[in-house]
Amino acid sequence: MMAGMGSISARWDRVVDRYNAQPKIVKILWVTLLLVIAYAMPLLRPPIITTNSIDFGTVMFRVIAFALVALGLNIVIGYAGLLDLGYVGFYAVGAYTTAVLTVEHGSWPFFLALPLAIVVTMISGVILGAPTLRVRGDYLAIVTLGFGEIIRISVNNIEWVGAAAGIKNIPHPTGIGAKPEPPFKQGGLFEIPRLEWNGLVPSFDTEHKSAFLAFGSRDAVPYYWLILTVLILVLIGDRLVKASRVGRAWEATREDEDAAELMGVPTFKYKLMAFALGASIGGLSGSFYASSQAGYINPQSFPLLLSMLFVAAVIVGGSGNRWGAIAGGALVAYLPERFRDFADYRLLVFGLALTVLAVWRPEGLLPPRQTRRAKAAEAEIDALEEGDLEETPNV
Amino acid sequence: MDFGALFGSFDNFASFTMGGLVFGAIYALIALGYTMVYGVLQLINFAHSEVFMYGTFAVAWTFVLLHGTGDANWSLGKALPILLVALVAAMLASAAIALVLERVAYRPLINKNAPKLIALISAIGASFALSEAMGLRDRFAKWLGVDDNLANYVSPKKARDVYTNPVTIEPHKLFEVGGYNVTDVDLVIVLAALVMMFALDQFVRRTRFGRGIRAVAQDPESAALMGVNSTRVVQVTFLIGGLMAGVAATLYMMKIGATRQSAGFLLGVKAFTAAVMGGIGNLRGALLGGLVLGVMESWGAAIWGNEWRDVVAFILLVLILLVRPSGLLGEALGKARA
Repeated sequence: MMAGMGSISARWDRVVDRYNAQPKIVKILWVTLLLVIAYAMPLLRPPIITTNSIDFGTVMFRVIAFALVALGLNIVIGYAGLLDLGYVGFYAVGAYTTAVLTVEHGSWPFFLALPLAIVVTMISGVILGAPTLRVRGDYLAIVTLGFGEIIRISVNNIEWVGAAAGIKNIPHPTGIGAKPEPPFKQGGLFEIPRLEWNGLVPSFDTEHKSAFLAFGSRDAVPYYWLILTVLILVLIGDRLVKASRVGRAWEATREDEDAAELMGVPTFKYKLMAFALGASIGGLSGSFYASSQAGYINPQSFPLLLSMLFVAAVIVGGSGNRWGAIAGGALVAYLPERFRDFADYRLLVFGLALTVLAVWRPEGLLPPRQTRRAKAAEAEIDALEEGDLEETPNV
Repeated sequence: MDFGALFGSFDNFASFTMGGLVFGAIYALIALGYTMVYGVLQLINFAHSEVFMYGTFAVAWTFVLLHGTGDANWSLGKALPILLVALVAAMLASAAIALVLERVAYRPLINKNAPKLIALISAIGASFALSEAMGLRDRFAKWLGVDDNLANYVSPKKARDVYTNPVTIEPHKLFEVGGYNVTDVDLVIVLAALVMMFALDQFVRRTRFGRGIRAVAQDPESAALMGVNSTRVVQVTFLIGGLMAGVAATLYMMKIGATRQSAGFLLGVKAFTAAVMGGIGNLRGALLGGLVLGVMESWGAAIWGNEWRDVVAFILLVLILLVRPSGLLGEALGKARA
């Protein structure tokens, strides 16, 4: 069983290696192709993958929003090794800041409120992190869990942010081109039809076109494009930070905090940085959630269970690997939606799947290469110690 | 903010304190499950809340089985025989769930020497599955074709709704403290919790098996070399946690009298908070943490209003951890002296 799954990450490695060996022009072609497929996904609506009982565009938006959150949490858990069980708190802070600025106590346009929401969540991350990052490991887990609950209960009880009723009519992002007008006229710069599948035969569905760069309440696809773009930008930023001095300091802190401190890494500063950066991405995602299609948030949108799902997404995917986090986020958001037909059983199945996956594949689906290399080296040393030289370690 | 509500009269103060102690005692018993497992394995047993939840259902089902579904108001003395049977049932049910949990969700990971975080995920998954399985019990009964026979147990209404114990236990006044009536139910809850804690503390400190638990908590490898069967020790740890959760479930049903499939979650979080507050891995810390948490949040609820109860609990936790980063009594399952 282990060998079968081990080949997933081995295969992933081979894909990455082969990609790295290509000439630059081929690389660019591959990336372009992948991007086109990613952007076209909700319009292609491939059979089997597509969801029957709920709009596929909406599901795809949720999948990417979840992947974005997982990417942010991956900085905190995967890179810096801090277990944050209250990430939903930051998500809520971002969403509520946006809602308060755009409709509840102001009428800012979304794209002006977005940066402020990010800054506010970052500050809340520092406020929470500064006192608590000095306590270690599992204590941090329970303190952050408490933070998530405090945020939810507070917004539930404070009239200024709508209390239990929540905030309605949060404006959509400002679009370019004609305003979408219900029920038929869509607007935007131009419109793109989607595919309709009859068995395996595709045809264009010109009745339901998606508008480019116009955000209304009818169609989730423009939101999907927007958040996918944000995800790609964050991904690029994540890559740069991980490869920098900061990224290496995080890694050192995660592996051995005392050793890192002795080598001159100001671990507290870097932990706080990871916490604040992770928080701001949570806020960013929350901000998009608030202004998405429904334009409505209430305290029930941010249950503690959502925090658990975020953590599950990061760890299922392989904590510390950004592609793993994205894959995990996508899985955790997508599976319950795809199997909505089993509506009542989906959480049960999800729980079982989580346990089975954890037991079966403790390192996550796509663990970072270093983790696997370290494991292989350990296995080799063990084999040498036991004088068991014939057996090659299975990675 | 209304400090008068709490300190206005001794009557109020005593009643909020006593109410806090009663819940604190229940938190403390659940906290034991977290603290024992953490002390031995350094794992957060996230699914422990479901262990407790199954115990509460075992209590309610025992009453339905032995009394029927007719609503009744009984005094503690009249309910005592059934309550004792229910206690045994709840302890057995919770212990069984805890052992299954250990076998299915933890042991494979411990054997593989997996990272700590993944055990948390496995436990979160198990927690979802257990809670949902309870919420879907009407469907399962239908599949098996026993929904008619078990109608009273599956649910009077929907499986996800609140499931009420048919027998309400009426508290009776025992004596008065400064105008506040101490009832038999409150007293029994606090005393039972204290007795269980004392028994467990003695078990860990004095018996051969307790020594094994402490040895594994201190250094699993050396313990194994000294002939301690660590798998057995882990099993016993989960078993004890389950038994204590069963006691907590019985006391909870005495006080509250109703449960549901999601009843464990918040209580579990609070109990874990209590364990951390007292110093996780420390048995006496769990007791102290539970009582302090219960009393403080009861006072906080009096001053700021009931809706802020949980916020008070978590802010208190943060403050205590800032002053004493490893809890009130420090972490020390392994260090307890025999």
